[in-house]
Amino acid sequence: MLDSLNSAAPLYDDLIPGGSHWSFIMRRGHVLRLIDETGGANVGMLMYNPENPLERYNMPDTLKNQHTFLLTRGHVLLSDMGRVFASVIRDDLGWHDTVSGTCNAELVEKRWGKKTYQEAHNHYHRNGSTSFLNELAKYGLGKKDLTANLNWFSKVQTDDDGNMAFDANHSHAGATVDLRFEMDTIVVLHTCPHPMNPASEYPSHPVRYQLFKSAPVNDADPCKLSSPEATRAFANTALYHLFQ
Amino acid sequence: MIKQSALKPDNAAFRETVPAGEYFLKVVKAGQTVRILDLEGNQAADTLFYNAHNPSERYSAADTIREQGNVYLTAGSRLMSSENNVMLEITADTCGRHDTLGGACAAESNTTRYALEKKCMHACRDSWLVAVTEHEELGMTKRDITHNINFFMNVPVTADGGLTFADGISDAGKYVELEAKMDVLVMISNCPQLNNPCNGWNPTPIEVLVWS
Ligand SMILES: [Zn+2]
Repeated sequence: MLDSLNSAAPLYDDLIPGGSHWSFIMRRGHVLRLIDETGGANVGMLMYNPENPLERYNMPDTLKNQHTFLLTRGHVLLSDMGRVFASVIRDDLGWHDTVSGTCNAELVEKRWGKKTYQEAHNHYHRNGSTSFLNELAKYGLGKKDLTANLNWFSKVQTDDDGNMAFDANHSHAGATVDLRFEMDTIVVLHTCPHPMNPASEYPSHPVRYQLFKSAPVNDADPCKLSSPEATRAFANTALYHLFQ
Repeated sequence: MIKQSALKPDNAAFRETVPAGEYFLKVVKAGQTVRILDLEGNQAADTLFYNAHNPSERYSAADTIREQGNVYLTAGSRLMSSENNVMLEITADTCGRHDTLGGACAAESNTTRYALEKKCMHACRDSWLVAVTEHEELGMTKRDITHNINFFMNVPVTADGGLTFADGISDAGKYVELEAKMDVLVMISNCPQLNNPCNGWNPTPIEVLVWS
């Protein structure tokens, strides 16, 4: 399946500059490929059901159902309604963060200084929180919908006492993640820095995204079989699509 | 970190026992201290905090753990809001560790975690949904139900990225105490979970005390 995706031309191919934001609706049966163009990228991501945006990505349910603190190939991304928004069908890195949240205006200014639009035009210092709110507003959503997000290409590890450490050398140029959507999903993205990135300069890394048609999901699918919890989440998702 | 409190229950301005499966909803004013007491041991108190004057500002699990650089909560932890403000600080803790990664149980997460047939079992999110619908004056809905703290729950994270629900480290009489830094609405679901061995399949009452 991965090979066939690799050789297929994407339905769409686009680049999001560093420190920017964008959103779109993924339809089920399609793959969103994220590519770290330069190395060191971070992609903040949130997900909502376009039919009922009260259904949204749930970090605790995703982690506790799969007994994991990290996200990688084989994992599924769960909504708060016990369903699968997307399956991680390819991952070149082995670790993506979903516990550290996103940078806000205060954090960005404190760490990297303030750079306004007036002085820097489109290179001004955007932050993850405002970027999410900017995109969420396009769907009638707002602060109350801002929930714990995914941070693709970023790794945060803990020691025995729970202390968190950001791995500054985690992602490389060309690193790729493929997300196969199992439900129609509003996907909200930003390329603002990970909130724990210690870089002295505002980290600005472009991210390429590509859309593909996915191969049909059969009962032997590795993500569907990755855990009994995932299998049951797929069953809930199938029930949701019963009349479609 | 174990830290005892000097506050005496006899001097509390407010005391209420919350049975398992019930919700607790109360505004705690800035400067007041609230204690959550595990009466019988290994109970989970699933707790959400909101700015009492504007509930769109609420407790944020991700911002809290990142700002303190540690995934566990204990004495000294400052609980951060979605607007980057300190909402409360844990001032005493006789348990030593509390979870904020595991979230609350819901009918839907019971189907995935335990069995599809478990969907009609009472869950924490049900308690919160009843709480917000019974208090229309708050203007809150399911949209406001977000990531919570599980007081008295032990959810260890490993260096290689594992996460487990371990046996509780709480016991009868253990408590956690928080000083409010702003007027906060405290919304607790005293967990009714019957499928998780952490509470010995026996959800029990908690007590909430407030000192002025
Ligand atoms: Zn519960």
